[in-house]
Amino acid sequence: MYNYTDFDAAFVKERNAQFRSQVERRVDGSLTEDEFKPLRLMNGLYLQLHAYMLRVAIPYGTLNSRQMHRLADIADRWDKGYGHFTTRQNIQYNWPQLRDVPDMLDALAEVQMHAIQTSGNTIRNVTADHFAGAAADEIADPRPVAELIRQWSTDHPEFQFLPRKFKVAVTGSPNDRAVTKAHDIGLRMVERDGEQGFEVIVGGGLGRTPMIGKVLRDFLPREDLLPYLEAIVSVYNVLGRRDNKYKARIKITVHENGLDDIRARVEERFALIRPQFTGVDQELLAGIEADFAPPAFRDEAVTDYEDARRHYPAFRSWADTNLSEHRVPGYAIVTISLKAHGATPGDASSAQMRLMADLAKRYGHDELRISHEQNVILPHVHKSDLPSIYSALRAEGLGTANLGLISDIIACPGMDYCALATARSIPIAQDIAKRFDELKLEHDVGPLKIKISGCINACGHHHVGHIGILGLDRAGVENYQITLGGDGTETASIGERVGPGFSADEIIPAIERLVLGYLDLRAEPSETFLQTYRRVGLAPFKAILYPEARANAA
Amino acid sequence: MPRNFTPKVVTANHLLKGDVIYQTANGWTRHLAEAEILTDEADADLRLIDAAQQTNVVVGAYLADVDVTGDTPSPTHFREDFRARGPSNYAHGKQEELRNV
Repeated sequence: MYNYTDFDAAFVKERNAQFRSQVERRVDGSLTEDEFKPLRLMNGLYLQLHAYMLRVAIPYGTLNSRQMHRLADIADRWDKGYGHFTTRQNIQYNWPQLRDVPDMLDALAEVQMHAIQTSGNTIRNVTADHFAGAAADEIADPRPVAELIRQWSTDHPEFQFLPRKFKVAVTGSPNDRAVTKAHDIGLRMVERDGEQGFEVIVGGGLGRTPMIGKVLRDFLPREDLLPYLEAIVSVYNVLGRRDNKYKARIKITVHENGLDDIRARVEERFALIRPQFTGVDQELLAGIEADFAPPAFRDEAVTDYEDARRHYPAFRSWADTNLSEHRVPGYAIVTISLKAHGATPGDASSAQMRLMADLAKRYGHDELRISHEQNVILPHVHKSDLPSIYSALRAEGLGTANLGLISDIIACPGMDYCALATARSIPIAQDIAKRFDELKLEHDVGPLKIKISGCINACGHHHVGHIGILGLDRAGVENYQITLGGDGTETASIGERVGPGFSADEIIPAIERLVLGYLDLRAEPSETFLQTYRRVGLAPFKAILYPEARANAA
Repeated sequence: MPRNFTPKVVTANHLLKGDVIYQTANGWTRHLAEAEILTDEADADLRLIDAAQQTNVVVGAYLADVDVTGDTPSPTHFREDFRARGPSNYAHGKQEELRNV
């Protein structure tokens, strides 16, 4: 893992001291709220519906046990004993008080963490494949590049006042687990003639105008990455619209000017600034890569694992659902579900955080990951340790075997916390998960991603959910729209809206109808919901969702 | 004919704690039931100006609609209902404080 240099540590320390002083000046009246707001947002501090909210960066979703322990300590000392892991691989605290935030930031800095650029019109926390460095299908670990981008973008003087926020994601695998096509810039590591480089995707995004990113450069040599990124953001910084907040993201800039025009401008700018990058960035990258050297894997029998699979059906079910293939034989990637049926998606108590940290330390080469799907991952686990890990997780309510299934729901905080929300998300997620647990159907239904957003800004990624749910305020009543057929992977697509929305009381039965209907529509049990949707289209699902309309039309 | 002015309260977030507060005749309260009910538009505008000027106590003051039963205000919109109560996934926020009274 990356370790702070003296420069990094001094930078974060100074930034925290500045923020402490800014808070003091706000409290004593020297700063107005209008003056203070941009300062607090630069440090991840929002004012939400019931309280302040602090969003802490977990760069590319990677952390060690000491950092996870510290997140738990902060939750106990300054919050209500839990944290909320987000769809951008960050953690949010929902209840801090203003005067405590500088102390929280200092506590984070002690373990090399911060909340810088988790908000505001800057380049945000860079996200990456949560299986990075472990996945069997990987070309290369994307995290060194993500760290390089973090260092380049942090406090970048040209990019502190962009037209709007700017999100970058990196994946090193052909199977895209980082939703790169729904980012302002998505980077896919690719190989050509034995040389590694990047496919650069630009102009993707969700929100009120969802768009799938377009390929700006199909092969960018590795050493050209930073100047090319700088050229893109620079072109956007000048061209992006500042007259209308809803048209300010780069997806609109690309859409309005056309991909060819943007490409020409980027290439022109790139040619101009490329000579300024003399190779220092590549030296830095080499140092960062050394920090991400793979752990010393052990070669040992997996008989304990195979015995446990044979004898314990609950363990087998969990192993079948929550493990992914590791690139090293004998190892597995463990995804710990933060989606126990009826729990708040992405929430972990301090006790759960400590257990996960201890398991990572003892069995997982001291590494944890946060996924954008709001789960926690132990990326490097020897299979012989899995039975012990499973029983420890189960005792702390973390043994749910539902990864990728209908109850593994992404949900934004919605109107239970968020000041921007138009409806609640969390109770809908809880009720869907509980209902399908009662029906004991989710393993029969198979892979199905439900994603719920509590407003048009789409933090819950509803546009790329196989089933997307968008909560709106319709004449003072919560109302939920359903979209179908979204996909956030390498075969990305935006879901289609089926029809009129449903009330809070109607939405759970509607989802049940939809899923039971899919079971009748699928050609065979192995055909997933998304495959069935792509085969039969919207109409049969529409007929299932709105039986009255069909009756009236008949 | 003057348009109908529906009853309102002045509400905001507390600067230090960040929680929801309501204006009373001579200060602020954390409970909607104790808020001052404003039934006159000109008066409401003045009270809001007064609240917005207290920048060292409150953030983001605005007028929120209420229904009035007897002397007690209650929210008309679900957003204000959540603000007055707290989140629905945990008994945190105001519902927690009320339970402890």
